[in-house]
Amino acid sequence: MVRVIVDGTPVDVPPGSSALQACEAAGKEIPRFCYHERLSVAGNCRMCLVQVVRAPKPVASCGFPVADGMEILTDTEVVRRARRAVMEFLLINHPLDCPICDQGGECDLQDQAYGYGTGVSRYQEAKRAVTDKDLGPLVKTVMTRCIQCTRCVRFTTEVAGTPELGMVSRGENAEITTYVEKALTSELSGNLIDICPVGALTAKPSAFRARSWEYKKTDSIDVMDAVGTNIQIQARGGEVMRIVPRVNDAVNEEWLSDKGRFSIDGLKRRRLDHPWVRVHGKLHKASWQEAFVSLARRLEGVPGERIGALAGDLCDAESLCALKDLMTALGSANIDCRQDGAWYDTSQRSGYLFNSDISGIDDADALLLIGTNPRHEAPVLNARIRKRFLRSGRGKFPVATLGVPTSDLTYPVETLGDGPEGLKTLLDGSHAFADVLKNAKRPMIIVGHGALTRPDAKAIYTAAYSLAQQVGACAEGWNGFNILHTAASRVAGLDLGFLPGQRGLAGTNMLRNGVEVLWLLGADDFPLEKIGPETFVVYQGHHGDAAAARADVILPGAAYTEKPGTYVNTAGRVQRAFRAIFPPGQAKEDWRIIRAFSEVVGHTLPYDTQDGVRARMAELNPIFATGGGATSDRLLGRVGVDNPILSDLTGYPFRAVIADYYQTNPISRASPTMAECSRVYGSAHAAVAAE
Amino acid sequence: MTSSWKPAEQPESFSFDAASEAEIQTVLAKYPPARKASAVMPLLYIAQRQMGRMTGSAWIPLVAMDEIAQRLEMAAIRVYEVASFYTMFNTQPIGRYHLQVCTTTPCWLRGSDDVTQACKKATGITSFGETSQDGLFTLTQVECLGACSNAPILQVDDDFYEDMDASSTEALIAALRDGTRPPPGPAINRNGSAPEGGRKTLLETAGPTPSVTQ
Repeated sequence: MVRVIVDGTPVDVPPGSSALQACEAAGKEIPRFCYHERLSVAGNCRMCLVQVVRAPKPVASCGFPVADGMEILTDTEVVRRARRAVMEFLLINHPLDCPICDQGGECDLQDQAYGYGTGVSRYQEAKRAVTDKDLGPLVKTVMTRCIQCTRCVRFTTEVAGTPELGMVSRGENAEITTYVEKALTSELSGNLIDICPVGALTAKPSAFRARSWEYKKTDSIDVMDAVGTNIQIQARGGEVMRIVPRVNDAVNEEWLSDKGRFSIDGLKRRRLDHPWVRVHGKLHKASWQEAFVSLARRLEGVPGERIGALAGDLCDAESLCALKDLMTALGSANIDCRQDGAWYDTSQRSGYLFNSDISGIDDADALLLIGTNPRHEAPVLNARIRKRFLRSGRGKFPVATLGVPTSDLTYPVETLGDGPEGLKTLLDGSHAFADVLKNAKRPMIIVGHGALTRPDAKAIYTAAYSLAQQVGACAEGWNGFNILHTAASRVAGLDLGFLPGQRGLAGTNMLRNGVEVLWLLGADDFPLEKIGPETFVVYQGHHGDAAAARADVILPGAAYTEKPGTYVNTAGRVQRAFRAIFPPGQAKEDWRIIRAFSEVVGHTLPYDTQDGVRARMAELNPIFATGGGATSDRLLGRVGVDNPILSDLTGYPFRAVIADYYQTNPISRASPTMAECSRVYGSAHAAVAAE
Repeated sequence: MTSSWKPAEQPESFSFDAASEAEIQTVLAKYPPARKASAVMPLLYIAQRQMGRMTGSAWIPLVAMDEIAQRLEMAAIRVYEVASFYTMFNTQPIGRYHLQVCTTTPCWLRGSDDVTQACKKATGITSFGETSQDGLFTLTQVECLGACSNAPILQVDDDFYEDMDASSTEALIAALRDGTRPPPGPAINRNGSAPEGGRKTLLETAGPTPSVTQ
């Protein structure tokens, strides 16, 4: 540690820290525009000037390394004057159009001009104007407001891995652009809006909709992928206006995928806002009472084993718990949370988790991807892999993939084959990458759903697991065998045992008249046409997507923004979301619907409060009481997996789990913004991976 | 006031010719393979010169920048940034002869305004940045060219024409128009930056050693 004296207060900071970090450690606020903790240091805004004793002039603290005994002064007349002068220069070409700027109220420039500026301008001359750029359907630009901090350039280059933005020309003519007008191809482009310290990059879909101080802010969890990104839902007047990420270094750092951020306009469209009942082949609006009664009548005399339940990808753990209990009460063991029919070892928690945790990527030193394209399946997690690649230095983080990625992964990848057959050569050590994994201290294997939803999933899974054992990926203190989930509800479902019980039917077997009554809890993404024509379908969910059209009874549920819920991310972290707004019309929280219905069929579930259902969840799996996270069970070596039967591996190439990143669930399919993205980006995600 | 960069009419394709390839090999040899992006500026210049040879207009089209990006394994935008930053890279087509008048203080004091006027008169150009009707000349205002002792300077492509005035400028442009390139250097009776009309000091050849006075 290095001892630095900031305004007379000694602080200890790690060697290599910058003066700015030392000042922050001492609790001093340093104004800044270009400096960002998660980006490289540019040092071009000059706002962070401080005085260093014995230095001839003020220094930019963001790029000034600390030295032992260094004395920093942050609040002298020299510093104050320097800041005022820098602010005056920054404002020379900045239009003072705050009243019509979307950033107004949450603008760094506004705040810092107020805090550190002079309050008057001496500038009389004409200001420059810059042509706006078209960066696609998500990011709106007002380039005249840009102060050339280059945060966006560094973000796209470093974090997103799609170096498309740059600062062209120089001096008075310098501007941020893609040079050749084109839309940004990143799935993380929404974060540009957050990192832009001024109103140059703002959200296109929510332009001119509301002011930052009007929002009611609610902490929640993103359900568009299984990363469990921590988000804040900002609502006004019963409408979700926008979603921004919260900082959580163990999960999403401070990034959010575009789908999680911009799908919100789908929450207002195609909603199921009251119950429907099919009478004589046609759906009719009904009251809750009528819906429940008609469903209860239909269930009368149906034996338990002829009833089944299938859960979708966006469910909260509470509703899964309630539905499982209801099915058990009805005498059915036919429950499944895997609508895609994925295969995992469900005997142990570490059999289906991202065991090294998302933050474990930072420690990994070799990576094998099996049947997964993390860029589409979990963009934030992919950014973490890229961060690891950048941090480790040239060629120090070898990445290989089985299955040809459908898009550039933003880091160099060696493709070992398009199907699972490459596993054989890795297992017998004949491929060079087997040695790379073996020699790595913390090798990492990520198995995706492209591999787990095939007929030979079990063979791939066991082979991948054996490989992990063989290369020492499951050692003391490190478990590098990871499953990358794509469904936000999946791990919670597996944790709660929302799986076929004794003699119970799995998801695929419930179709084709396997059951008489099929309860779909937000399940839309499976081949609906395979549901037998005689099957009575109950659809409980929030969107009138594919399955609702097939349903005989529709029970309108709440979307993730409209209910307090528990979600477990791919790494097994239990996270709580709160209610931001109320569900539309007569729609209700899902577990309450199931609880109410249980009373109608005479199997009243033994809980009627949120705490009650959560206590029941903890009973089913104590993980819901302790909060999950980095628990010790993920580190244990696993049992319960047979030796791989390599002959079962087929040569079929892995297919992509996500065909269109912007259209993967009922909410994003209902969103016009996502539809527009799909139209713009649908053709090709051709981007350059470099630097 | 300022405006976005406007893409010019772009050629369909670009590939380096044999002469350029030879130059590229020399340049690339100077950098470690992992750091070959350092060669971006020489390569841009090679591309610009090749365009001059091939089309008579020394500029760098987008396709050439893309080709360089690919060759040096860097993002295309990084090449655009470099090309647009330096004024000596032309991102727009220019005339056959690139007239670059230095208008920084020493040249201006020595009459760069006359040179500018003469250029405009001789070529029919009305302001800096324009290309003449016949496509032969582009007039550019440049900052100090570092030859102040021979001010004012008119740089034509890579050559410095020094100690210019209105008449010598017009004569130079007339010569260029005829397809000849007069030898670069001072337009007046002067060798390099030596005094006009020959040496003024150290006229004697090695004389007697001066006696040391107390």
